[in-house]
Amino acid sequence: METYSFLRAFADSWFLIAMFTFFLGACAFAFWPTLRGAREDAAGIPLRDDAPGCAKNCAACACKTDFLEGPHNG
Amino acid sequence: MMVFRLVALALVVLVAAYAADQGRDLAFRIHGLIILLVAGVLFLWELRRSDAPAPVHALSDYKDDVVRAGVIATAFWGMAGLAVGVLIAFQLAFPALNFDWGAPFTNFGRLRPLHTSAVIFAFGGNALLAASFYIVQRTSRVRLFGGNLVWFVFWGYQLFIVLAATGYLLGATQSKEYAEPEWYIDIWLTIVWVCYLIVFLGTILRRKERHIYVANWFFLAFIITIAMLHVVNNLAVPVSIWGSKSVQLFSGVQDAMTQWWYGHNAVGFFLTAGFLGMMYYFVPKQANRPVYSYKLSIVHFWALIFLYIWAGPHHLHYTALPDWASTLGMVFSVVLWMPSWAGMMNGLMTLNGAWDKIRTDPIIRFLVASLAFYGMATFEGPMMSIRAVNSLSHYTDWTVGHVHSGALGWNGMIIFAMVYFLTPRLWNRGSMYSNAAMNWHFWLAMIGIVLYAASMWVSGIMEGLMWREVDDQGFLVNSFADTVSAKFPMYVVRGLGGVLYLGGAALMCWNMWMTIRGYQPVTQKVATMTPPAGATAAPAATPAE
Repeated sequence: METYSFLRAFADSWFLIAMFTFFLGACAFAFWPTLRGAREDAAGIPLRDDAPGCAKNCAACACKTDFLEGPHNG
Repeated sequence: MMVFRLVALALVVLVAAYAADQGRDLAFRIHGLIILLVAGVLFLWELRRSDAPAPVHALSDYKDDVVRAGVIATAFWGMAGLAVGVLIAFQLAFPALNFDWGAPFTNFGRLRPLHTSAVIFAFGGNALLAASFYIVQRTSRVRLFGGNLVWFVFWGYQLFIVLAATGYLLGATQSKEYAEPEWYIDIWLTIVWVCYLIVFLGTILRRKERHIYVANWFFLAFIITIAMLHVVNNLAVPVSIWGSKSVQLFSGVQDAMTQWWYGHNAVGFFLTAGFLGMMYYFVPKQANRPVYSYKLSIVHFWALIFLYIWAGPHHLHYTALPDWASTLGMVFSVVLWMPSWAGMMNGLMTLNGAWDKIRTDPIIRFLVASLAFYGMATFEGPMMSIRAVNSLSHYTDWTVGHVHSGALGWNGMIIFAMVYFLTPRLWNRGSMYSNAAMNWHFWLAMIGIVLYAASMWVSGIMEGLMWREVDDQGFLVNSFADTVSAKFPMYVVRGLGGVLYLGGAALMCWNMWMTIRGYQPVTQKVATMTPPAGATAAPAATPAE
């Protein structure tokens, strides 16, 4: 019972605070102004070409384009 | 390495032969035979290719053969699971369909877990395998990690499905909903799942993109959480190492709480997080637009992860579970409504500026319908988790209707979208063979879901009201059998809805077959009127002088 009481008290105090802080940190990370470029870069990942080596949309690399590919729409 | 594998397979054959001969029950002995057969065939196959040189692949060469296999397995198990669903729906309406000649193997009680596991773990699971392997390669821009380990994951998962399904029919079950397979099948799935994690995580770790795309976050959460849920909920001690029966480690309400902690998070992480991973790739890809808000996707990911894990106790209102625990589950379920709708809105708003594609693009239509059903089911769920509503809905067909609007609507429709998206790409075809068949499939599925959900609402609420109806003396008005006979028309309508949904899926399989085999739609030039010989040079056609 000692273990139960200890874990119960720990769960609804310190661990709850720890989890909530982590969550607030994740939210802050999501809205961090200097990470705007990183977010835009990540959001564009699926829209770049299917073939590897085309990550930077370079004109030189031989990217396979399929029929649904088009210019990047913001 | 080759010798090691051959010795290991030979040992498996020996042990399986002993199990098939000495097993304590029918299911265990037949499983021994299945494993004997599989290991024997694998032994011969290994031996025959022992002198073949190992192929070398560039990192940039995507491994798509396993994705192709996954798409076909999805269609196959989808048809199997849906067909069993239609059969058991009609078994409830017409009990004579529990055939005497098939008893006990084809009774409702044994076919029901076969249906749920086939649609969730075989149909949904293969779709998740195929989608995650396709998406993680393209969003990491690198070949799958681990070489042929991914084939072990694929075939190991199919073996898990076959063992689980045959086990149910033969009566081997540990009686935990959505976790029915017995101990040795659970151990096998754990091994397969750890290899799945190695392949997926390894691919992410050697990615060529700087960031991990949000879809991969969802897939990773799905894989890790399912591993944790599966191991904890299946803690059991086998009665004999040569038999399928096992005893749960937990008992009473602790066991019930563990089961629904597992059960609800199977919904939350298998049928939601994993499928949101699919959504976050296929919706932007098909709409050709980046996701509406990447910020929202991060916040909604962490909110979903942190909230879902607590929602399980709402399955245990008015039971031996302490009130504080069921209130906790209820509150978290209601709060969960917000991140769920955040995900739905993020998907739908991605179509901003491309709404016209709903009219012209069948894949977008499937995706939008899927998101709409996700929104409806994640509103209905929190509402049903409220204790007062649950007192009416629990144990009734309303629950069944709710589950199916989520499963047929959200999961089914997005899987169909995935199949239509991947099939032409994986087999290098321009498009699906028949656009008309895709449209027919869409409307058959939609009408099927509407018939299903509407009849189960009516049936469930009627059932709940009949059970609690008391006369002025305080006596219950209806017996249980009264509610059963009152539900008959709704059961028939539900079965018909299932037939329509199954018919749509069959149309999809035909369409896949025609696309993969490379048939071209037959077109004929429209007959035009040939002008008379003298009038070939019409005045309008003469160039101006």
